[in-house]
Amino acid sequence: MNEVSFVVNGREVSGEVEGRTLLSEFLRENLRLTGTHVGCDTSQCGACVVHVDGNAVKSCTMFALEAEGSNVLTIEGMANEDGSLGVIQQAFQDHHGLQCGFCTPGMVMSASALISENPDPSEMEIRDYLEGNICRCTGYHNIVKAIQAAAEATRTQAA
Amino acid sequence: MPKDFGVGASTKRREDVRFLTGNGQYTDDMNVHGQAHVHFVRSEVANGVLKSVDTSAAAAMAGVVRVFTGADFEGVGGLPCGWQITDRHGEPMKEPAHPVLAQGKVRHVGDPIAAVVAETAAQARDAAEAVSCEIEEQPAVTDMKAALGGGALVHDEIGSNLCYDWGFVEENREAVEEAIRGAHHVTTLELTNNRLIPNAMEPRVAIGDYNPSTDESTLYTTSQNPHVIRLLMGAFVLGLPEHKLRVVAPDVGGGFGSKIFHYAEEALCTFAARQLKRAVKWTASRSESFITDAHGRDHVTKIELALDKDGNFLAIRTETCANMGAYLSTFSTSVPTWLHGTLMAGNYKTPLIYVNVKAVFTNTVPVDAYRGAGRPEATFQLERVIDKAARELNMNPIELRRRNFIGADEFPYSTPVAVQYDTGNYQATMDKLVDIADIDGFSGRAESSAARGKLRGLGVNCYIEACGIAPSNLVGQLGARAGLYESATVRVNATGSVTVMTGSHSHGQGHETTFPQVVADMLGIEEGQVNIQHGDTANTPMGMGTYGSRSIAVGGAAMVRATEKIISKAKKIAAHLLEAPEGDIEFKDGSFAVAGTDKSVAWGDVCLAAYVPHNYPLEELEPGLEETAFYDPANFTFPAGAYACEVEVDPETGKVDICSFAAADDFGNVINPMIVDGQVHGGIAQGIGQALLEHATYDDNGQLLAGSYMDYAMPRADDVPSLVVDHSCQTPCTHNPLGVKGCGEAGAIGSPPAVVNAVIDALERGGHSVGHIDMPVSPSRVWAAING
Ligand code: FES
Ligand code: FES
Repeated sequence: MNEVSFVVNGREVSGEVEGRTLLSEFLRENLRLTGTHVGCDTSQCGACVVHVDGNAVKSCTMFALEAEGSNVLTIEGMANEDGSLGVIQQAFQDHHGLQCGFCTPGMVMSASALISENPDPSEMEIRDYLEGNICRCTGYHNIVKAIQAAAEATRTQAA
Repeated sequence: MPKDFGVGASTKRREDVRFLTGNGQYTDDMNVHGQAHVHFVRSEVANGVLKSVDTSAAAAMAGVVRVFTGADFEGVGGLPCGWQITDRHGEPMKEPAHPVLAQGKVRHVGDPIAAVVAETAAQARDAAEAVSCEIEEQPAVTDMKAALGGGALVHDEIGSNLCYDWGFVEENREAVEEAIRGAHHVTTLELTNNRLIPNAMEPRVAIGDYNPSTDESTLYTTSQNPHVIRLLMGAFVLGLPEHKLRVVAPDVGGGFGSKIFHYAEEALCTFAARQLKRAVKWTASRSESFITDAHGRDHVTKIELALDKDGNFLAIRTETCANMGAYLSTFSTSVPTWLHGTLMAGNYKTPLIYVNVKAVFTNTVPVDAYRGAGRPEATFQLERVIDKAARELNMNPIELRRRNFIGADEFPYSTPVAVQYDTGNYQATMDKLVDIADIDGFSGRAESSAARGKLRGLGVNCYIEACGIAPSNLVGQLGARAGLYESATVRVNATGSVTVMTGSHSHGQGHETTFPQVVADMLGIEEGQVNIQHGDTANTPMGMGTYGSRSIAVGGAAMVRATEKIISKAKKIAAHLLEAPEGDIEFKDGSFAVAGTDKSVAWGDVCLAAYVPHNYPLEELEPGLEETAFYDPANFTFPAGAYACEVEVDPETGKVDICSFAAADDFGNVINPMIVDGQVHGGIAQGIGQALLEHATYDDNGQLLAGSYMDYAMPRADDVPSLVVDHSCQTPCTHNPLGVKGCGEAGAIGSPPAVVNAVIDALERGGHSVGHIDMPVSPSRVWAAING
């Protein structure tokens, strides 16, 4: 067992983990942040995407110990301070970008990373960027629309 | 004008808030105090005699609580099949035992042999490695032809691999034969409907719990139908009476059919919890899902369509081999028969139809209902053979379809395959499609594709499905071992808010939003005043759950009936309060008024009077305002539509790109258009996946070759185009109170033939006469078809 400490959604956390404990497991089981989902065991589905030091990362593909000292953002940290839905979350609701909700946390985290890298993504750029996020429910149509709307709202906010 | 609340409004989904903030409560998000974890030891061979299982080393490992094997389940029932099929000769289907843990034999890769329970998931996983199984491997059979041709036996005791040989309508067999023999033209097509893996993004999870002080068991599970699981597992597997067994399916991350069925892991966890007197949790890895979730489709079919010289359909004959896998999963046997044969008339007036289906055991994962279930298989063969016939007869495929459509004035229409369509207007949906797909502009687009060296093709098809499953007395005659009604309890609270408890289950469909739209409209109150409870047998009436696009058509109808009872009782209370005869009371916009007067009493006051009955007709009326209704549909519903797909094929590489996809559906009345659009989008993406990408292939040894997302090609965002969907053609269902037909499966049923028809069209236009390419229409298959 090793001690690991880092910041999650602005809060200092620490815990005892085995070397093999994945970041996704640590978030879900130790911290009970169950919004981060696990949909596969081959690093393909993207349900587990979180941000580590500002980069979108598949948390099933990183050991908890590797997060030592970093700044992690999960779906639980995406709402506004007053608890209302953040811009991307709101766009997903407005455009029906989710059905069962299982892929959704990963989609929102990927969308957020995309919008910070590329504030005005085209439909094709969005579809390409989502290569690593599988959704079985929506056919992606409304996810793409939601991300376009979220990007636009983010640009307006910034202006 | 689009409405902004109630029926017909695109109300935003209230459930989204918890899903978007990470507050969903999926089964794996739950931990029960003191729970242990289970890891399954599974067969790595497809067929073999299980000589011995040595658990001693595993049992001695750190943290191990107990190791279960098949021997622990000797006194316990097997997993039941819910539908008995009677074959052509009046004999019942072959129904081999399906033990919870393997007994004596293993029959597919993934068949569970032992279950290791330990303090932590990691300890259970580690100890599972130490269980040693002696298996005498036998040749496996995965191909249906080989299975019927004297290959290895999956179940020795049956003596063959044939489950049943079904004929429908058997009396038509000769007449169809004659019609085909005498026809002006017969188009024949042999095809496969590729095996798919449903792949709901949430892997299956089961947590068994036991309370020794009350002798009650609870199962938390990823299910589309908790009551069905309680009945099947309680009555047929573990012998637990229903009042001692609670099944909870909380938020469920997609199902598409795969979470209808009762699985061994559910029984194991419930059983183990009772034995160990502590909770036991299992979470599937995705690798495990691939080899344990029931697969879908996997039919091999020959279809013949007989036509007269004008292109009128005279007869259809189809022969299918349907893969059952190694065991009969819960509804597996109904899929290639009643859910497939009864749809072979499609949208057309074909007077004579004969369907033959041989269901075959193989050493593969069991196959069962997957989005559409039988109806995609029927639609695909029918719409492919019509397209081929049009080509052979040099007719326009749209015109050939139009010529044979059942006319809008011919409903109700009885088909020769035992169903009666209540309503429809197939010309209208085709007209709509021609418009929204801009079919007239196709040739211009084809030219611009050609200028870029690409072959463009247009594929069009229709579909019909039977939804709103199903009239219980009818399905009972057909062999169903369950009723298929639905239930709802409407509880009006003292201050006028409403809780609806439904037997339907939402795993993405948005019931928590759409069901209140209906009730709020009926009661004239705000949608926010109505809440839905579902997914827990402890607080919902016995219901059959969600599949077959039945939630709104059957569950919604039960809810309407219960709400009507509420209104009727509330009127009685209002009449008392208003001192007027009941017959004079009118209920509108949340207020009860005496007709022709300005006397009225508000909804809230009536509700309060029901629970604080100080001024109340207690001699005639019970206090309280809560009603339950069970609704058993009079018929199936018949959504139908027309779909168009345009593709570009790269003749150099065989790669197919979907340029556009349009869907014109008739779902009858629509409760929430936004949600209906979303259902169609998702279905189309799954259909495109089937047509171009997905294929659960096995090698000859019964190893699943497509056993992970690296090998099984799920449609990703860049595989699917932007979609044009329309459901403005509406012929309301005549026999349910909402006039709804259901929309959950249409996209997956209607889209595969559109895609394949488009690819074939592209190749034909490019001078490559290929006739047919099996799904998935991969670059290598297209390239091979082009290059001979
Ligand atoms: S769980 Fe991380 S990619 Fe699937
Ligand atoms: S919403 Fe269900 S997997 Fe994306």
